[in-house]
Amino acid sequence: MEVLFFYLVALVAVLSGLIVVTAKSPVNSALALVNTFFCLAVFYVMLHAPFMAAIQIMVYAGAIMVLILFVIMLLNMGVEPHKKPTHIAWGAIGGTLVLLVSILFIQRGDTARAVGNISKDVVLREGHTALIGKAMFVDFLLPFEIASILLLVAIVGAVILAKKEV
Amino acid sequence: MITVGHYLVLSAILFAMGTFGVLTRRNAIVIFMCIELMLNAVNLSFIALSSHLGNMDGQIFVFFVMAVAAAEAAVGLALMITFFRNKETIEVDDVNLLKW
Repeated sequence: MEVLFFYLVALVAVLSGLIVVTAKSPVNSALALVNTFFCLAVFYVMLHAPFMAAIQIMVYAGAIMVLILFVIMLLNMGVEPHKKPTHIAWGAIGGTLVLLVSILFIQRGDTARAVGNISKDVVLREGHTALIGKAMFVDFLLPFEIASILLLVAIVGAVILAKKEV
Repeated sequence: MITVGHYLVLSAILFAMGTFGVLTRRNAIVIFMCIELMLNAVNLSFIALSSHLGNMDGQIFVFFVMAVAAAEAAVGLALMITFFRNKETIEVDDVNLLKW
Protein backbone atom coordinates (compact mmCIF):
# COMPACT_ATOMS: atom_id res chain seq x y z
CA MET A 1 0.00 0.00 0.00
CA GLU A 2 2.78 2.40 0.98
CA VAL A 3 4.70 1.43 -2.14
CA LEU A 4 1.66 2.13 -4.32
CA PHE A 5 1.28 5.53 -2.68
CA PHE A 6 4.97 6.22 -3.24
CA TYR A 7 4.71 5.40 -6.94
CA LEU A 8 1.58 7.51 -7.33
CA VAL A 9 3.17 10.58 -5.74
CA ALA A 10 6.43 9.97 -7.61
CA LEU A 11 4.50 9.81 -10.89
CA VAL A 12 2.78 13.11 -10.12
CA ALA A 13 6.12 14.68 -9.15
CA VAL A 14 7.84 13.55 -12.35
CA LEU A 15 4.92 14.57 -14.57
CA SER A 16 4.73 18.03 -13.04
CA GLY A 17 8.51 18.28 -13.33
CA LEU A 18 8.14 17.53 -17.04
CA ILE A 19 5.53 20.30 -17.31
CA VAL A 20 7.95 22.69 -15.57
CA VAL A 21 10.57 21.93 -18.19
CA THR A 22 8.37 21.86 -21.28
CA ALA A 23 5.49 24.29 -20.69
CA LYS A 24 5.28 27.18 -23.15
CA SER A 25 4.03 29.77 -20.71
CA PRO A 26 6.17 30.56 -17.62
CA VAL A 27 3.04 30.75 -15.44
CA ASN A 28 2.23 27.10 -16.25
CA SER A 29 5.81 26.18 -15.36
CA ALA A 30 5.49 27.97 -12.03
CA LEU A 31 2.21 26.25 -11.12
CA ALA A 32 3.61 22.84 -12.05
CA LEU A 33 6.65 23.59 -9.91
CA VAL A 34 4.37 24.30 -6.94
CA ASN A 35 2.79 20.90 -7.58
CA THR A 36 6.23 19.25 -7.51
CA PHE A 37 7.00 21.01 -4.22
CA PHE A 38 3.84 19.60 -2.68
CA CYS A 39 4.76 16.08 -3.84
CA LEU A 40 8.20 16.48 -2.27
CA ALA A 41 6.56 17.64 0.96
CA VAL A 42 4.54 14.40 0.94
CA PHE A 43 7.81 12.47 0.60
CA TYR A 44 9.30 14.37 3.53
CA VAL A 45 6.33 13.35 5.66
CA MET A 46 6.81 9.74 4.53
CA LEU A 47 10.47 10.00 5.57
CA HIS A 48 9.49 11.11 9.11
CA ALA A 49 10.61 14.71 8.58
CA PRO A 50 7.36 16.66 9.06
CA PHE A 51 9.12 19.92 9.96
CA MET A 52 10.97 19.88 6.64
CA ALA A 53 7.64 19.25 4.87
CA ALA A 54 6.11 22.30 6.56
CA ILE A 55 9.16 24.43 5.71
CA GLN A 56 9.05 23.14 2.13
CA ILE A 57 5.47 24.31 1.68
CA MET A 58 5.90 27.61 3.54
CA VAL A 59 9.26 28.70 2.14
CA TYR A 60 9.25 27.17 -1.35
CA ALA A 61 5.61 26.98 -2.37
CA GLY A 62 4.67 29.98 -0.27
CA ALA A 63 7.49 32.50 -0.49
CA ILE A 64 9.83 31.72 -3.38
CA MET A 65 7.14 30.75 -5.88
CA VAL A 66 5.05 33.83 -5.06
CA LEU A 67 8.17 35.94 -5.69
CA ILE A 68 8.70 34.23 -9.05
CA LEU A 69 5.03 34.61 -10.01
CA PHE A 70 5.17 38.32 -9.12
CA VAL A 71 8.19 38.80 -11.38
CA ILE A 72 6.49 36.89 -14.20
CA MET A 73 3.47 39.18 -13.94
CA LEU A 74 5.68 42.28 -13.57
CA LEU A 75 7.65 41.51 -16.72
CA ASN A 76 4.57 40.43 -18.69
CA MET A 77 6.35 37.90 -20.89
CA GLY A 78 4.72 36.08 -23.77
CA VAL A 79 5.40 32.52 -24.85
CA GLU A 80 8.84 31.52 -25.96
CA PRO A 81 9.63 31.37 -29.69
CA HIS A 82 10.49 28.00 -31.18
CA LYS A 83 13.79 26.43 -30.24
CA LYS A 84 16.33 24.86 -32.53
CA PRO A 85 16.10 21.02 -32.63
CA THR A 86 19.88 20.69 -32.17
CA HIS A 87 19.56 22.72 -29.00
CA ILE A 88 16.99 20.27 -27.62
CA ALA A 89 19.10 17.29 -28.68
CA TRP A 90 22.14 18.62 -26.80
CA GLY A 91 19.98 19.26 -23.76
CA ALA A 92 18.56 15.74 -23.92
CA ILE A 93 22.07 14.29 -24.18
CA GLY A 94 23.21 16.33 -21.18
CA GLY A 95 20.20 15.36 -19.09
CA THR A 96 20.54 11.68 -19.96
CA LEU A 97 24.22 11.71 -19.07
CA VAL A 98 23.46 13.28 -15.69
CA LEU A 99 20.77 10.65 -15.09
CA LEU A 100 23.09 7.79 -16.07
CA VAL A 101 25.90 9.01 -13.83
CA SER A 102 23.57 9.41 -10.86
CA ILE A 103 22.01 5.97 -11.37
CA LEU A 104 25.51 4.52 -11.56
CA PHE A 105 26.41 6.23 -8.29
CA ILE A 106 23.25 4.94 -6.64
CA GLN A 107 23.91 1.38 -7.82
CA ARG A 108 27.56 1.37 -6.79
CA GLY A 109 27.05 3.29 -3.57
CA ASP A 110 26.62 1.54 -0.24
CA THR A 111 23.98 3.08 2.00
CA ALA A 112 23.70 0.27 4.54
CA ARG A 113 26.33 1.52 6.97
CA ALA A 114 26.84 4.21 9.62
CA VAL A 115 23.43 4.07 11.16
CA GLY A 116 23.06 6.91 13.69
CA ASN A 117 20.81 7.05 16.70
CA ILE A 118 17.93 9.15 15.32
CA SER A 119 15.43 6.45 14.41
CA LYS A 120 11.74 6.75 13.63
CA ASP A 121 10.89 6.03 17.27
CA VAL A 122 13.17 8.82 18.52
CA VAL A 123 11.56 11.26 16.09
CA LEU A 124 8.09 10.23 17.25
CA ARG A 125 9.03 10.46 20.93
CA GLU A 126 11.03 13.70 20.98
CA GLY A 127 9.36 15.51 18.09
CA HIS A 128 11.04 16.39 14.83
CA THR A 129 11.06 20.13 15.43
CA ALA A 130 12.79 19.69 18.79
CA LEU A 131 15.48 17.52 17.21
CA ILE A 132 16.04 20.02 14.38
CA GLY A 133 16.20 22.90 16.86
CA LYS A 134 18.71 21.09 19.04
CA ALA A 135 20.94 20.26 16.10
CA MET A 136 20.67 23.75 14.62
CA PHE A 137 21.27 25.82 17.74
CA VAL A 138 23.90 23.60 19.33
CA ASP A 139 25.96 21.95 16.62
CA PHE A 140 25.31 24.32 13.73
CA LEU A 141 25.08 27.68 15.47
CA LEU A 142 27.82 29.39 13.46
CA PRO A 143 26.47 28.33 10.03
CA PHE A 144 23.05 29.50 11.19
CA GLU A 145 24.39 32.99 12.00
CA ILE A 146 26.27 33.10 8.70
CA ALA A 147 23.04 32.19 6.87
CA SER A 148 21.30 35.11 8.56
CA ILE A 149 24.04 37.49 7.36
CA LEU A 150 23.70 36.00 3.87
CA LEU A 151 19.96 36.72 3.87
CA LEU A 152 20.57 40.30 5.04
CA VAL A 153 23.10 40.86 2.25
CA ALA A 154 20.67 39.34 -0.27
CA ILE A 155 17.88 41.67 0.83
CA VAL A 156 20.11 44.75 0.58
CA GLY A 157 21.43 43.59 -2.80
CA ALA A 158 17.94 42.93 -4.18
CA VAL A 159 16.70 46.37 -3.09
CA ILE A 160 19.71 48.13 -4.62
CA LEU A 161 19.50 46.15 -7.88
CA ALA A 162 15.77 46.73 -8.32
CA LYS A 163 16.02 50.50 -7.75
CA LYS A 164 15.12 52.78 -10.63
CA GLU A 165 18.48 54.49 -11.18
CA VAL A 166 20.68 51.43 -11.75
CA MET B 1 8.85 -1.88 1.15
CA ILE B 2 10.25 1.46 0.06
CA THR B 3 14.02 1.57 0.28
CA VAL B 4 16.25 4.61 0.22
CA GLY B 5 17.14 3.61 -3.35
CA HIS B 6 13.64 4.50 -4.52
CA TYR B 7 14.02 8.03 -3.23
CA LEU B 8 17.51 8.37 -4.66
CA VAL B 9 16.38 7.24 -8.13
CA LEU B 10 13.43 9.66 -8.04
CA SER B 11 15.80 12.41 -6.97
CA ALA B 12 18.14 11.54 -9.86
CA ILE B 13 15.23 11.69 -12.34
CA LEU B 14 14.12 15.09 -11.07
CA PHE B 15 17.69 16.39 -11.15
CA ALA B 16 18.19 15.18 -14.72
CA MET B 17 14.95 16.85 -15.81
CA GLY B 18 16.11 20.08 -14.20
CA THR B 19 19.41 19.81 -16.07
CA PHE B 20 17.55 19.28 -19.34
CA GLY B 21 15.48 22.38 -18.66
CA VAL B 22 18.50 24.53 -17.81
CA LEU B 23 20.22 23.43 -21.01
CA THR B 24 17.28 23.87 -23.38
CA ARG B 25 15.10 26.73 -22.15
CA ARG B 26 15.85 30.32 -23.10
CA ASN B 27 13.55 32.23 -20.79
CA ALA B 28 15.66 33.22 -17.77
CA ILE B 29 12.80 32.77 -15.29
CA VAL B 30 12.07 29.24 -16.54
CA ILE B 31 15.78 28.42 -16.23
CA PHE B 32 15.58 29.77 -12.71
CA MET B 33 12.64 27.48 -11.93
CA CYS B 34 14.52 24.50 -13.36
CA ILE B 35 17.38 25.32 -10.98
CA GLU B 36 14.87 25.30 -8.12
CA LEU B 37 13.74 21.87 -9.34
CA MET B 38 17.35 20.62 -9.21
CA LEU B 39 17.82 22.05 -5.70
CA ASN B 40 14.68 20.25 -4.57
CA ALA B 41 15.87 16.96 -6.04
CA VAL B 42 19.06 17.31 -4.02
CA ASN B 43 17.03 18.15 -0.92
CA LEU B 44 15.01 14.97 -1.40
CA SER B 45 18.12 12.80 -1.48
CA PHE B 46 19.53 14.64 1.55
CA ILE B 47 16.41 13.94 3.59
CA ALA B 48 16.08 10.35 2.35
CA LEU B 49 19.66 9.56 3.33
CA SER B 50 19.37 11.44 6.61
CA SER B 51 16.29 9.46 7.56
CA HIS B 52 17.90 6.22 6.37
CA LEU B 53 21.14 6.74 8.28
CA GLY B 54 19.48 8.09 11.42
CA ASN B 55 21.50 11.29 11.36
CA MET B 56 20.13 14.82 11.58
CA ASP B 57 22.92 16.61 9.67
CA GLY B 58 21.38 16.08 6.23
CA GLN B 59 18.18 17.81 7.26
CA ILE B 60 20.12 20.78 8.66
CA PHE B 61 21.87 20.97 5.31
CA VAL B 62 18.49 21.09 3.57
CA PHE B 63 17.65 24.02 5.82
CA PHE B 64 20.70 25.91 4.59
CA VAL B 65 19.99 24.98 0.97
CA MET B 66 16.56 26.55 1.40
CA ALA B 67 18.07 29.72 2.91
CA VAL B 68 20.53 30.01 0.02
CA ALA B 69 17.73 29.34 -2.49
CA ALA B 70 15.69 32.16 -0.98
CA ALA B 71 18.66 34.55 -1.18
CA GLU B 72 19.30 33.41 -4.75
CA ALA B 73 15.67 33.99 -5.67
CA ALA B 74 15.73 37.54 -4.29
CA VAL B 75 18.98 38.57 -5.98
CA GLY B 76 18.35 36.64 -9.22
CA LEU B 77 14.90 38.09 -9.75
CA ALA B 78 16.19 41.60 -9.00
CA LEU B 79 18.87 41.05 -11.64
CA MET B 80 16.23 39.91 -14.12
CA ILE B 81 14.13 43.01 -13.49
CA THR B 82 17.18 45.23 -14.00
CA PHE B 83 18.05 43.40 -17.20
CA PHE B 84 14.49 43.66 -18.45
CA ARG B 85 14.55 47.42 -17.84
CA ASN B 86 17.66 47.81 -19.95
CA LYS B 87 16.95 45.36 -22.79
CA GLU B 88 13.15 44.79 -22.78
CA THR B 89 13.69 41.01 -22.80
CA ILE B 90 14.93 38.25 -20.53
CA GLU B 91 15.81 35.70 -23.20
CA VAL B 92 19.23 34.39 -22.26
CA ASP B 93 20.31 34.48 -25.93
CA ASP B 94 20.19 38.27 -25.70
CA VAL B 95 22.54 38.34 -22.70
CA ASN B 96 25.62 38.50 -24.92
CA LEU B 97 27.50 41.63 -23.89
CA LEU B 98 30.48 39.64 -22.64
CA LYS B 99 30.49 37.27 -25.62
CA TRP B 100 33.29 37.60 -28.16
